[in-house]
Amino acid sequence: MSVTVYVPADTTARALGADRVADALRQAAAERGLDLTLIRNGSRGLFWLEPLVEVATPEGRVAYGPVTPEAVPALVEAGLFDGGQDHDLALGLTEDIPYLKNQQRLTFSRIGITDPLSLDDYTGLRGFEGLRKALTLDGQGIIDEVKASGLRGRGGAAFPTAIKWQTVHDEPPGQKYIVCNADEGDSGTFADRLVMECDPYMLIEGMTIAGLAVGATQGYIYLRSEYPLAQKIFNEALARAYQAGYLGEDILGSGKHFDLEVRLGAGAYICGEETSLLDSLEGKRGQVRAKPPLPAIQGLFGRPTVVNNVLSLAAVPFILDQGGQAYADYGLGRSRGTLAIQLAGNVKRGGLVELAFGTTLRALMEDFGGGTLSGRPLKAVQVGGPLGAYLPESQWDSPMDYEAFAAFGGVVGHGGVVMFDDSVDMGEQARFAMEFCTVESCGKCTPCRIGSVRGVEVIDRIRAGENQDANLELLSELCDTMVDGSLCAMGGMTPFPVQSVLKHFPDDLTRSRGGSPC
Amino acid sequence: MYKHNNQGGQALSTALSPAQQAIQDEVDALKHKPGAMLPILHAIQDRFGYIPDEAVPIIAETLRHTRAEVHGIISFYHHFRTRPAGRHVVQICRAEACQAVGGRQLEQHAKSALGVDYHGTTLDRQFTLEPVYCLGNCACGPSIRVGDEIHGRVDPARFDALVDDLSATVVEVK
Ligand SMILES: Cc1cc2nc3c(=O)[nH]c(=O)nc-3n(C[C@H](O)[C@H](O)[C@H](O)COP(=O)(O)O)c2cc1C
Ligand code: SF4
Ligand code: FES
Repeated sequence: MSVTVYVPADTTARALGADRVADALRQAAAERGLDLTLIRNGSRGLFWLEPLVEVATPEGRVAYGPVTPEAVPALVEAGLFDGGQDHDLALGLTEDIPYLKNQQRLTFSRIGITDPLSLDDYTGLRGFEGLRKALTLDGQGIIDEVKASGLRGRGGAAFPTAIKWQTVHDEPPGQKYIVCNADEGDSGTFADRLVMECDPYMLIEGMTIAGLAVGATQGYIYLRSEYPLAQKIFNEALARAYQAGYLGEDILGSGKHFDLEVRLGAGAYICGEETSLLDSLEGKRGQVRAKPPLPAIQGLFGRPTVVNNVLSLAAVPFILDQGGQAYADYGLGRSRGTLAIQLAGNVKRGGLVELAFGTTLRALMEDFGGGTLSGRPLKAVQVGGPLGAYLPESQWDSPMDYEAFAAFGGVVGHGGVVMFDDSVDMGEQARFAMEFCTVESCGKCTPCRIGSVRGVEVIDRIRAGENQDANLELLSELCDTMVDGSLCAMGGMTPFPVQSVLKHFPDDLTRSRGGSPC
Repeated sequence: MYKHNNQGGQALSTALSPAQQAIQDEVDALKHKPGAMLPILHAIQDRFGYIPDEAVPIIAETLRHTRAEVHGIISFYHHFRTRPAGRHVVQICRAEACQAVGGRQLEQHAKSALGVDYHGTTLDRQFTLEPVYCLGNCACGPSIRVGDEIHGRVDPARFDALVDDLSATVVEVK
């Protein structure tokens, strides 16, 4: 008897013991003389169920999770290899799990289904169809399709992707570059990592299409060094894509040329900012450049350069394959398509939720997330990374879209949603925002470099109960100075989480630890 | 035959020590890449575990930078270290999503369990403790990284068990 079993091999599944689960399954199969095909697939992004083991049955794949190595013998006893459902960890058909079923997966349509490195799996699910379409168009034709999709950058600034591409396209011919920003520094985000670990050919395809669109023959992926597994998987995918003729001097026999290389960052949050990233790629300290000139005009090595986030580029194969309108059919207002929301922190059901723009934060945190992991009441949520405001309950009914969030001073950013229960000390969170800026500031301008150090000191004084009124005013002025006087959003947005604490959770800040409140 | 290093006025003998030769080989293998600096620094740190002082003049000369520039670049990036680390580098995630599930307690526990602060190495040179800001495992924190392995849902007990495991392997090797 033969059976096919899937055990995910992304960072999170492995961080929770997936490799040992795979070993236990192999051993159990051997003991039973079973002919086992064990596939290390990508994760479906349902992280609270990892390691999520799936077994192929005539009805479809059935799931079990979270599986520990210790649970394997009992699961096998209960008929796991036949898809048996008589066990607490049995979840039925994977595709029927509501968390997955209720999503709209356009970009992440393949993750967890395929073996990330199998080109056959990729092409079997429409992989490289977008590239084939792009090869029938000229650069302008590709850009028009992206324009029709309404795609805006998923890295944080939400700038229309087609306009960026158009600028680079319109520059005189010569060396141009595509740079993929895979620095994914925001706490609470992992969608870029999922693309690179679970569907790497999609990013290769998206970048190649971008190269064809603007006339660039070289691409770089700037990957953070905190993602060793993504590096390994992605480099292997690159080698296989070259071998199969999807990259190189004659893409699929078209005579078109595109080369790709991964470059590793070195643990600097600021290198996610695009101009700092370019300096880092050039081999310098990652300091922010003044704009203009825009990278689209003078970018890497002074040449016209497209810098896009992983998710922006990963959306492109779908757009070319299905048409820009098919993408624009999702979403609302000026936020078109889908958003990859990442539920993280103190959440019961953490993971990736890809949905059309417009769902409310509350629905995400409650219907998908299931509330907090601790079971205690939810107190605050930080959306959009370490530079995003902490949102109190009064703001949870706002729809997740760029304009709705901007209207109350929130940022969607890269889609990270970090939940905190009522045990959190918001004063400590405000302090951390400033502290993070002292560690990660590139040092180029004073409001950020010095302001953040002062910020930590002032918050410490407030928390110690020293001259609270005067120090609160000082903190507020300091925040204004940083917002107004910083060269980039690192110094310019670090005050957002601090100001949100001042506004919505002031008691946490002034409740002095030890001393009596003044 | 002597080759003169025009930046430091110091002569680099052509008779390079084995370590210097190894560094020179790493540099030569990558120097033709555009923006070769970071790939070179990574290659050296991957090979030696840190960037030895003697790498600086070699990189400076080959890439035509001043030594001060090379120092400036190395010191800018948190990932690069200029002193040898312990046998295992343990990184604790300090970022928000991990804070929300007990990351701060884990941080305190790790420091006291190993008896070192961040960037410190245990006396037996088994462990170096470092902070890290997000490992992309934010739905299943607190997260730590040991070498190239990421571990999730690490509470103090799990941390101690991991450290015990790692210490045990050392004994076996010896
Ligand atoms: C401090 C700072 C950190 C940033 N980090 C990232 C990052 O990790 N990944 C990313 O894609 N964009 C990041 N950005 C945004 C980039 O500067 C840039 O807007 C983005 O890469 C453009 O790609 P997109 O148009 O596809 O979003 C950061 C910006 C700032 C100011
Ligand atoms: S705001 Fe901070 S990070 Fe940005 S340029 Fe100024 S010093 Fe650098
Ligand atoms: S915040 Fe700790 S892994 Fe992302």
